[in-house]
Amino acid sequence: MHAFANPTRFLALAKPLTPFLLLGGIAMVLVACIWGLWATPAERLQGDTVKIIFVHVPMAWLGMAGWTGIAVASVTELIWRHPLASHAARAIAVPGALFSLLCLVTGSIWGRPAWGTWWVWDGRLTSMLVLFFLYLAYIVLANETSKNNGQSRIAAIFGVVGIVNLPIIRFSVEWWETQHQGTSISIMGKSTIDALYLWPLLVSATGFSLLFGAIVLMRMRATLAQTKVDARLKRMAAE
Amino acid sequence: MNHWSFVYAAYAIVLLGTAAVVVNSYVSMRRAERKADQLGKRK
Repeated sequence: MHAFANPTRFLALAKPLTPFLLLGGIAMVLVACIWGLWATPAERLQGDTVKIIFVHVPMAWLGMAGWTGIAVASVTELIWRHPLASHAARAIAVPGALFSLLCLVTGSIWGRPAWGTWWVWDGRLTSMLVLFFLYLAYIVLANETSKNNGQSRIAAIFGVVGIVNLPIIRFSVEWWETQHQGTSISIMGKSTIDALYLWPLLVSATGFSLLFGAIVLMRMRATLAQTKVDARLKRMAAE
Repeated sequence: MNHWSFVYAAYAIVLLGTAAVVVNSYVSMRRAERKADQLGKRK
């Protein structure tokens, strides 16, 4: 990881990787949408609304994965002063916030026909809403406190502390009585979801993950270029 | 409203939201890198 502490080395990898992630992500998301919408059957109880799973679940996973990325980058920034870590954390924050919001909105749209209500204040929905607010707070904090050199210890500490919310989201359906369904997909144990739904879901999640990666790389490249411009302008003004 | 209205609404929101952040990130990157290149050439 330390090999990529050098922005030049990072850019040499990021530049060819960006179009690969972007085009691969777009292709996989399109395949998943067509597969999910028109090639999977309606579910016995939920009917066709079950097809919302192919966009709702990847948004939830990536919203949570995004904060994990912020926490890892923040630890790296705090301990090793990795020069790219703060750029990475800030680049993850915006797509992370968006995907968390999209998870909440699609969940609400799914909830109306499935539960008969747009919203309930149960553990899963509330902790996901808290994650969205944490993202907003992180974006504001990082923007306000990292104006000098792109780094912010306060934002990094906030990024590490915020990870406390992730196990709350994950186990909320087990800890509290909830309207939300329990875990049906497991890496370690047996998944209870039918393969007819599992495969298009995995294709969709992979596609959106590639897009997430492309967005993060593009935002990192933008902030690195902006930092370079600012440094040059400062130097030119001093001459 | 039938079920398909909810399904299409969810897909539309996700695809439009994702497309918006992809385009915004791409434009910001291109603009910043072009500015950095121009400044580099001026030196």
